[in-house]
Amino acid sequence: MSKNNKIKKVLVIGSGPIIIGQAAEFDYAGTQACRELKKEGIEVVLINSNPATIMTDKNMADKIYLEPLTVETVKKIIKKEKPDSILPNLGGQTGLNLAMELAESGFLDEYNVCLLGTGREGIKNAEDRQAFKDMMESINEPCIASKVVEDEEDAVEFANKIGFPVIVRPAYTLGGTGGGIAYDEEELREISGSGLRLSRVHQVLIEKCIAGWKEIEYEVMRDSKGTCITICNMENIDPVGVHTGDSIVVAPSQTLSDKEYQMLRTSAIKIISALKIEGGCNVQFALNPNSFEYAVIEVNPRVSRSSALASKATGYPIAKVATKIAIGYTLDEIINQVTGKTYACFEPVLDYVVVKIPKWPFKKFLTASRDLGTQMKATGEVMAIAPNLEMGIMKAIRSLEENLDSLIIPAFKEYSDKEIEEKLSKVDNERFFTVAEALRRGISIDRIHEITTIDKFFIGIAAKIVRMEKELTESKLTVDLLERAKKYGFTDKVIARLNGTTEKVVHNLRKENNIVASYKMVDTCSAEFEAQTPYYYSSYDDDNEAEDTGKKKVMVLGSGPIRIGQGIEFDYCSVHGVWSLKKQGYETIIVNNNPETVSTDFDIADKLYFEPLTPEDVESIVDIEKPYGAIVQFGGQTAIKLTKALSDMGVKILGTAEVDMDRAEDREEFDKALSNCGILRPKGDTIYTVEEAIEVANKLGYPVLVRPSYVLGGQGMAIAYDDKEITEYVNEINEVAQEHPILVDKYVMGREVEVDAICDGEDILIPGIMEHLERAGVHSGDSISVYPTQNVEKQNEKEIIEYTEKIAKELNVIGILNIQFIISEGKVYIIEVNPRSSRTVPYISKVTNLPMIEIATNVILGQKLKDMPYGTGLYKKSDYICVKMPVFSFEKIKNADTSLGPEMKSTGEVLGVSKKYHEAVLKAFIASGANVSTSGNILITVRDKDKPEMLTVAKKFDKIGFKIYATKGTASYLKENGIDAIVVEKIWEGKDSILDLIQSGKLNFVINTPTKGKQSGRDGFKIRRMAVECKIPCFTSLDTVNALYKAIEKETKETDLDVVDITKV
Amino acid sequence: MKGYLVLENGQIFEGEKIGSNKDTACEVVFNTGMAGYIETFTDPSYAGQGIVMTYPLIGNYGIIKQDAESSKIWAKAVFIHDLAEYESNFRTEGTLESFLIENDIPGLKNVNTRKLTKILRDSGTMRGYITTDISNLSKIHGEIEKYRVGDVVEEVTCKQPQKYGEDAEKQVALLDYGYKKNILKSLLKRGVGVTVYPATTTAEEILATNPDGIMLSNGPGDPEDCKFQIENVKKLYDSNVPIFGICLGHQLMGLATGAQTAKLKYGHRGPNHPVKDLETRRVYITSQNHGYYILETSIDPEIAEVSHVNLNDRTVEGLNYKNKNIFTVQFHPEACPGPEDTGYLFDKFIEMI
Repeated sequence: MSKNNKIKKVLVIGSGPIIIGQAAEFDYAGTQACRELKKEGIEVVLINSNPATIMTDKNMADKIYLEPLTVETVKKIIKKEKPDSILPNLGGQTGLNLAMELAESGFLDEYNVCLLGTGREGIKNAEDRQAFKDMMESINEPCIASKVVEDEEDAVEFANKIGFPVIVRPAYTLGGTGGGIAYDEEELREISGSGLRLSRVHQVLIEKCIAGWKEIEYEVMRDSKGTCITICNMENIDPVGVHTGDSIVVAPSQTLSDKEYQMLRTSAIKIISALKIEGGCNVQFALNPNSFEYAVIEVNPRVSRSSALASKATGYPIAKVATKIAIGYTLDEIINQVTGKTYACFEPVLDYVVVKIPKWPFKKFLTASRDLGTQMKATGEVMAIAPNLEMGIMKAIRSLEENLDSLIIPAFKEYSDKEIEEKLSKVDNERFFTVAEALRRGISIDRIHEITTIDKFFIGIAAKIVRMEKELTESKLTVDLLERAKKYGFTDKVIARLNGTTEKVVHNLRKENNIVASYKMVDTCSAEFEAQTPYYYSSYDDDNEAEDTGKKKVMVLGSGPIRIGQGIEFDYCSVHGVWSLKKQGYETIIVNNNPETVSTDFDIADKLYFEPLTPEDVESIVDIEKPYGAIVQFGGQTAIKLTKALSDMGVKILGTAEVDMDRAEDREEFDKALSNCGILRPKGDTIYTVEEAIEVANKLGYPVLVRPSYVLGGQGMAIAYDDKEITEYVNEINEVAQEHPILVDKYVMGREVEVDAICDGEDILIPGIMEHLERAGVHSGDSISVYPTQNVEKQNEKEIIEYTEKIAKELNVIGILNIQFIISEGKVYIIEVNPRSSRTVPYISKVTNLPMIEIATNVILGQKLKDMPYGTGLYKKSDYICVKMPVFSFEKIKNADTSLGPEMKSTGEVLGVSKKYHEAVLKAFIASGANVSTSGNILITVRDKDKPEMLTVAKKFDKIGFKIYATKGTASYLKENGIDAIVVEKIWEGKDSILDLIQSGKLNFVINTPTKGKQSGRDGFKIRRMAVECKIPCFTSLDTVNALYKAIEKETKETDLDVVDITKV
Repeated sequence: MKGYLVLENGQIFEGEKIGSNKDTACEVVFNTGMAGYIETFTDPSYAGQGIVMTYPLIGNYGIIKQDAESSKIWAKAVFIHDLAEYESNFRTEGTLESFLIENDIPGLKNVNTRKLTKILRDSGTMRGYITTDISNLSKIHGEIEKYRVGDVVEEVTCKQPQKYGEDAEKQVALLDYGYKKNILKSLLKRGVGVTVYPATTTAEEILATNPDGIMLSNGPGDPEDCKFQIENVKKLYDSNVPIFGICLGHQLMGLATGAQTAKLKYGHRGPNHPVKDLETRRVYITSQNHGYYILETSIDPEIAEVSHVNLNDRTVEGLNYKNKNIFTVQFHPEACPGPEDTGYLFDKFIEMI
């Protein structure tokens, strides 16, 4: 069979906002799918609520809907666009679930829309727990003893039968939301209760716990003719018990003999054949480490996070090939892009190893539990490629940007041997580091294995690294030792630190002896065939394969792993930067280490270096490539941090100069720049110690804003109301040694306004001005942002434009910049200038139709705005109103505080687009998953100082018929003011407490404004957590509630909303 | 101790010596398998060759003797990137290095195997010499020049017939040109009895036992060197006994019926070769290990037709013989190491007899 020519118009469903468990990998997969479909001449209709994605770019699809991913909206789009087919298996679980709901309800049949790829039956058999179990039984593939239950009692009965511990897995949820291991009945009741609530079909699976078995995954593909291949297998260093998304994973498997490898491979192929998968599929196995016994854990009948990893690990473009299969091609008809002469129908073989380490958000959530289990908590991941695991692990660690550059966590020094041994039994985010520390303390590999159940092979790798540390500490640094240390992935800095010398000495010794990195190609075939992929990783073997082409090249630094505060937006910017440079005739080089992204696809830049983003790693590339210059302003803080190092190695920083970037960050310089321009800013000062902080704060007057320099996403930022709080916050920041001073500013309350602009040194172009609905104090990334502004006076707008131009020129910005303003009592203040791209660039580019990154790139290369067709100053306002709304992943992170403040907490965002303001807000709320019913019950508990303001909010909801619950104080305040509120008991007051009310499920949402402090013992914290766990929205800012009121007051229904094709905006 | 691989083109690869201390010449080939080094090293088809493992971490699960495909390591030397120090698997009996020593096989670790592979790919399979002393290079090149893989089939084959499952209803004669144990196991698993015959057995001797089927095994070396075997395979062809040939067995049947073989530039050695079954149009991933192949143009269409083709280079991977119960494949349906996807061919053979 070949391409199905009946397919002319395909609807592609994206995966929506970035949340834990569903990150950038689906932008990567979706982008590949869209490009492939377009290449085949198929019209592509795309829906995705996530405006930060590359797949929602105008050149990716013919029709693009940035609309809520709901059944209702997808139906509307199908009715309007009349696609003949739908591609369900590239948009993560969200896309698959939507497609399945439409298929099962008969809607697709009614509108003659064909489901491409794997059939309905196959998807159902893979996704539905019971159906899957039955199917596995019918083909004699072992599953773990388990039972699907629909209520708590059945769960307990079954668990008693098979024996504790048991694992609880809810059906149809992302990243295992709501699952966990229960060791006794009480725990089981708690976990299964929340799991049942979270499951779309109210089912959970109770299964025998096989913690400690090896966890192995296979990425498999199958075509319509039944040809099956495995792309890659992967082994989790963390045995079963830790979600694979939270595990350190290596590829290929390391501890399996061919017998085990083939046993599981054969099983995987048998399973996808039985499911009749057409496309890519992921099969997860548990393998008893002491026998050939195995069990199938789970099958994902779609591309997944693991398939993105497998694609980057092998060079095999899984999403692209899955798309081709979906439109009818068979594997033997698809050319292997890597070799250009062999076919996609083969199995990649690696001549290197790959290490993936998750990136967790724990630094953002100090109260959160760092224990790892079946609930995924990581927001992103890094991957490293190396000739051996030692180097792979070391590279991955430094890619994480966690202030670590080896297996050593300095704080561990403080622990006693006994404490280290105790810590070993804790499954947390530092476990592999603890293993290394235990080895340093002389604890045996056998003992460590006994405690952790980590395979001895992997503990042995840590042992080799620790042995090298010791040798470096105790021996003279000979050329031989240096060379061996480099082959283990030690950087010059680490070698110098251990050896008691300087980085410069090590660097020079290395250069003198020609111990330099050489680059190897990722070619899918272990060099058996000549390959054409410009995809490289470093090694310290000889024979460099990445040659300097002699062309004029520009290096673009990527943004590393997805984390809160630095998400997919920066990958969008990096990729567009590369495309624009290519258009201008430059050869492009991208350096990045995130396997989930589009930028690390080998056909984006002319050359891809999959490497850590540290000065040394980048220098090794620079030594070979000798680029004409580098662009750092697109890759977020990760790239910005490399500016100085790049300048020092003689690479020209294209765009805004290093010295000017520093002026935007350096307190005094920045103050000087602002006063040169006559611009106001909240008063403030820089401090290092608590004493200085208290002095400054009292001089300024509380409240004050405290934050470290050079951070993104407001990490460590807080508003302090008194001496006690500022002491707490400054101490927290100083836990990590600060290279730069801490900033303390007067907290100005007002409306926050944000601008992204491009400056060429003479003129500026502002695509649009955005206004935040939450007042200053809530991080801009966590605020609802509206474009164009709705509440900014003409005069203030004029000032904003004027200030933008002045400060951009003052700072000699060439390229892009982002400015945060506060308007307070009619006056405009600047709070921050970032001479780099920001998280709003993708969405503003889309809604204004201005290719911002392309314009910025051209300006960076020397072109003038005057000579471009876009004009200067403020660009014309769009007819559409766009509301960007943050999306959080609080339910995934146990004990994370959900209250909003100056530190960013959201993981992703959605957009609502409409000509009417209230409709745009409504769409954004729907897309974010909020309850937008126009009647129901709400619970209000606020701190005293918010009560007057709360009253006006309560009145509004009371008027349109909401029933209001409140705690005693709030309730009596409301009653005094004529609102009939139902009193709820506080937590300690007994049975009918607030928590029961929240659990009862009758609340639409909760309003809780947090009291001061970050402790987790308070009632407010418990209320917020309970709301999150019961999937009830909890608003901690009254501004957000007002926005919700605006959205629902006119009682507009989702069915009444028009869908907007943004290619026509 | 430092060790070296001197290639016939003059290039020298440095590494650290592992295994036996002896120096030896060999034909250097590369294998792309990521698991299965035990099966590979003990595969008699590698007799006379030095194996470069392209996957860099070797020895991770130590040595598991029951996974060996024969009684010893037949390769002359092994070249690897990293040798595991902390091997781990529940069946591990010892280290890979101890197994090399036990078999008196030299090897090198810390070799830039990717660079070596690229040279073999670009220049073709070549001879080499493994040693710890490169002070007399002209002597080494003399040894290399002298070296021939030669008549290795007679070296690897068993000396006496061996019987398995004598009580079974159906009996298969397995001609041992250097058979991998899993061919025998694959047959026994399907309930037939098997007698393994030395490669020096005449066709008459075999036919005299009235076997229900004949299996021609894999084996090392240049098929054209197997004059005696080709002559006897021709006689087996003329009998009406169903025959299944694998690898060298496939080539010998081709030569016996008038086809020709040629040497591949650098062979097919690995677990990931796509082979298309021209009848079902399905593609299977196969395990391969061969340096020679049957030339498609030399096949007489009256005698045989191509049943399988390699998707990468379109070489012949299988033949069906016309008006005969005979089929042969170039790849290894017995796997070990490699995918088990084509194990159904043994079923096909069993059904035939």
